[in-house]
Amino acid sequence: MSKRESTLTQNPLEKTWVPWIRSRLSQRRGSSVPQFTNSPTMIVLVGLPARGKTYISKKLTRYLNWIGVTTKVFNVGQYRRDATRSYNSYEFFRPDNTEAMKIRKACAIAALKDVCDYFTRAQGQVVVFDATNSTTERRELILSFAKDNGYKVFFVESICDDPEIIAENIKQVKLSSPDYANCDKEEAVADFLKRIDCYKLTYVPLDDSKDRNLSYIKIFDVGSRYLVNRVQDHIQSRIVYYLMNIHVTPRSIYLSRHGESELNLLGRIGGDSGLSPRGTKFACALGTYMRGQCISDLKVWTSHMKRTIQTAESLGVQYEQWKALNEIDAGVCEELTYEEIQDNYPEEFALRDQDKYRYRYPKGESYEDLVQRLEPVIMELERQENVLVICHQAVMRCLLAYFLDKSAEELPYLKCPLHTVLKLTPVAYGCKVESVFLNIEAVNTHRDKPVNVDVDRDPEDALRTVPDHS
Amino acid sequence: MRGSRPPRSTRGRAVCMTNCPTLIVTVGLPARGKTYISKKLTRYLNWIGVPTKEFNVGQYRRECLKIYKSFEFFRPDNEEGLKIRRQCATAALNDVRQYLSVEGGQVAVFDATNTTRERRGLILKFAEQNGFKVFFVESVCEDADVIAQNIVHVKLGNPDYIHCNTEEAVEDFMKRIKCYESSYQSLDEVLDRDLSYIKIMDVGRRYLVNRVLDHIQSRIVYYLMNIHITPRSIYLCRHGESDLNIKGRIGGDSGLSARGKEFAKSLRKFIQEQNIKDLKVWTSQMKRTIQTAECLGVPYEQWKSLNEIDAGVCEEMMYEEIQEHYPLEFALRDQDKYRYRYPKGESYEDLVQRLEPVIMELERQENVLVICHQAVMRCLLAYFLDKPAEELPYLNCSLHTVLKLTPIAYGCKVESVFLGVDAVNTHRDKPENVNVQRSTEDALQTVPAHF
Repeated sequence: MSKRESTLTQNPLEKTWVPWIRSRLSQRRGSSVPQFTNSPTMIVLVGLPARGKTYISKKLTRYLNWIGVTTKVFNVGQYRRDATRSYNSYEFFRPDNTEAMKIRKACAIAALKDVCDYFTRAQGQVVVFDATNSTTERRELILSFAKDNGYKVFFVESICDDPEIIAENIKQVKLSSPDYANCDKEEAVADFLKRIDCYKLTYVPLDDSKDRNLSYIKIFDVGSRYLVNRVQDHIQSRIVYYLMNIHVTPRSIYLSRHGESELNLLGRIGGDSGLSPRGTKFACALGTYMRGQCISDLKVWTSHMKRTIQTAESLGVQYEQWKALNEIDAGVCEELTYEEIQDNYPEEFALRDQDKYRYRYPKGESYEDLVQRLEPVIMELERQENVLVICHQAVMRCLLAYFLDKSAEELPYLKCPLHTVLKLTPVAYGCKVESVFLNIEAVNTHRDKPVNVDVDRDPEDALRTVPDHS
Repeated sequence: MRGSRPPRSTRGRAVCMTNCPTLIVTVGLPARGKTYISKKLTRYLNWIGVPTKEFNVGQYRRECLKIYKSFEFFRPDNEEGLKIRRQCATAALNDVRQYLSVEGGQVAVFDATNTTRERRGLILKFAEQNGFKVFFVESVCEDADVIAQNIVHVKLGNPDYIHCNTEEAVEDFMKRIKCYESSYQSLDEVLDRDLSYIKIMDVGRRYLVNRVLDHIQSRIVYYLMNIHITPRSIYLCRHGESDLNIKGRIGGDSGLSARGKEFAKSLRKFIQEQNIKDLKVWTSQMKRTIQTAECLGVPYEQWKSLNEIDAGVCEEMMYEEIQEHYPLEFALRDQDKYRYRYPKGESYEDLVQRLEPVIMELERQENVLVICHQAVMRCLLAYFLDKPAEELPYLNCSLHTVLKLTPIAYGCKVESVFLGVDAVNTHRDKPENVNVQRSTEDALQTVPAHF
C-alpha cells in the first residue's frame, strides 16, 4: 500500500477540501449533501389522459432540479405532435387504427432514444417519461430498454375516476393544448372524452400481483390514498415523500423580505439588525395589505432574525419562526459593505462573481447550501395552503427559483427588492406571479453581475454594480 | 426530546407541527413488529423534539395478571380474559389522556394488536371525545420466516416466557397468534376509507397510505417507509486528534496532529479487520474528518450537515478565553447546554435539526462509518441510544474511539473500541457551579487539560 501523504487543498470557490493528488476520489462534488444517485433513474408515468400525469411530471422535475438532481421531462405527446403535424380528432387514438399505432410506437421509441442521449451525453441523473404507458406491453418495452442500458425504473401511476376532477383538468390544461387550438370549447371537451375512452379499452393498471417486483407508487384520487411498492433507493424515497406531500387545492403563497433594516441603509450585508423607520412603516403596510387579501387561515412564517420577526410582530397575528429561513451566512464578510469586501478579500469577491450559486463565503454558506437547508421549508410549503413567508434576499431568491423553475445561474440574480410582496398562485402547469410594491421607499440591495469577474480586476470594475447606500 | 419543553408559543424554535395531539394506534397480529415500530418511532419523534410516549397494553396486562400461564388466556371464548384485556386497554387509554391532555405530550403510541374493528371503534370514539387525531399503523406479514425470527428475538426473552424453555415458548406463542387470527379484521380499503393510516406489508416491501392529515403524520409515514430490519452495523467515530484539539481550542477547521494521523492509519486497519460488506463512509466538510477518511483509501461522501457545531463568536477559543471574554455566555451554556445557542452560532437543538436528514439516510443504509465531530457524534449517539436532551450534550465521545452500533431486539448494542493511539481529552463535564456570578475557578473546574 503506497504511503500517500494526505495533503488536502481547499477548493477556492466552494471551500471544500479535496485531495491534492489527482485521483478518482478527487472527482468530488462540492455540494453540501451527497447526491446518492448512482445509476440513472427513469420515472415512468402511467394513467389515462387527464389524470395529472403532466402536472406531476413537470412539478417533480422542477423539484428535483431545484434540489440539485439534474432531471428532464420527455413528453411523448409532444413527439406525437411533432410527427403528425396536425391533430384531427380522437380517431387517431382508436386502438384499431393501425397506422396511428405505428406512429405512436415510433414516437415512444424516439423519445427513449433521446432519454439515452440525455443520460449519456448530457449527464442527466433522472428522466421523467411522461406518457399514458397504459398497457403492459408498453411498460415491458420501457423496462427492457432500461435493463439494456442499466437504468433504474420507478413507475408513478395516477388513478382517478372522479368526473369533476377530470372535467377540471380538461378545462385547465387540455382546452389550451395545441391539439385543440382551432376548436370551440364544447367540441374540444367532447373529443377529449372520446379520446379517453379509446385508452380505457386497453388500459391495464399496475397489478398488485403481476407487478409485485416493480418499483412504483400508485396515487389514488389526487392523493387521498397511495400504494407504494419496492422503493429501491434514496432518490425514489425522496420522490415518494414529495409526491405524498403535494396537493392541488387552490391557494396562494406570499413571499416578502423583512422591512428595510438599519444595516440595509448602511449598505452592509448580513448581521442581525432591527428595522429602520421606513422598514417599520412597511411592516404596517404589509399588515394592511394582507388583511385586504381576506385570507382564511393564513400561516405566517419568519426566520429567527430580528428584522423578520419585527416585521411579523406588526401584523398582529400568530407566526412561526424557522431557523432555516435565516439569511445566507456571509462568514468572514458578515456586516461588511461591498467596498470593504473588495478591500479585504478582492479574490473572494471575484470568485463570487464568477459563480455566485456555488461560491461559499469563507466560514459561511453558498446559495447551494441555502437550497439544501430550505428544502424542508419547501416541503412544508407544499403541504400548506395560504402562507406568508417573511424572509431575506438570498433566501427569497432560492424560494422564488423553486416556484418559477429558475436555473442555478439565474437564481442568485433574481430581483427581490425590499418592500415588495410577491404573490404566487399555482395555475395550470406553472405559477402566476403578482408583484406588489407597498409604496414605502427603501434602498436597493440588488447587485448585478459586473462585466469584469477576473480576479485581477480593478476595484472600480469590481464595484461598478454596487447599489447606492449611506 | 423527552424532558424538553414542547414548543408551543410563537417563540417555538421547531415549527409547531400539530395543533391537536396525535394518537398513533398500531394494528396487527402478534409478532408482526408492532412494538419494534412503536419503540423506534417514539425514539425518533422524541429525538426530533416531539414529546412522544408509548403505551404497551401487553405491559398493562402483565401488571394486572402478575403471572402468565398460557395462550388459553387469549382464547376468544375466554370471558374472564376478555374482560381483563378490555380493562387494560381502558387503563392504558386513561394514561394516554393524562399524557396528551395534562402532561403536555404531543404524540402517544398505543401499542396493542387492535385487530378488531370494534376495538378500533372504541379508540376512535375516545380520541374524538378528547380532541386527538388518530393515525393507524398496521403491520401485515405472512412470511413464516420473519415471524419465526421475531419470536426468537423478542418473545423468548419476554417476561411471559421467563420460566419456559424455547420449544414450549414458541409453541405457546404460535397458539396465541392463532387465537387472534379468527377475529382479525385488517384495515379495509373500502370500510375504513375515511381513516388515516399506513399499512406496512411484508416488512416494508409495500405500503398503503390513506388520508395523511398533517405534517406530523407525513413525517411519520416518511420515517416508517425508510426504516428496515436488515442486519447491519453503524460505526461512529470522531476525526483524528487535530492541532486545535491539542491546544484546547474549540471549533475551527484545522488539520490532524501527528497522533491524529496515526489514528487514521489505525482506523484503516480496524476497518479492514472488521471485513465489512459494502461499507459506506461519510465525513463532514471539515478538513480533519476528510483527512481521516483519505487515509482509509476508499470512496467517501461529504455531508455539510455533519460539520461540527458552530460556536459563533467563540470559534477557535479555549474555554479559559471564553470565560474571560464571555463569562455570562459560559454560565448560560452550563445551565442548559442542549438549548444554549452560541452568539452567531448554533445550539445542540439546532444540530439535531440539521442532522435529521443524516439520520434518515442512516436508516435507509446498511453498513456505514460516520467520521464526524464531538457534538455531532453526541447527537447521533443520543438518537440510537434514546438519550434525553439533558444527557445528550454530556455523552462521552472521546477521540480515537470507535463506537460500533448494532441493532438488536428493541434497541441497540454498543461496542466501544479504543484504537490504541493516545489523544487529548476534550470532554468538559458540567461544573457544580453554573451561576452567572461564579468565580473563574469554579467555571473552569472541569476544563480538560491541554497544552
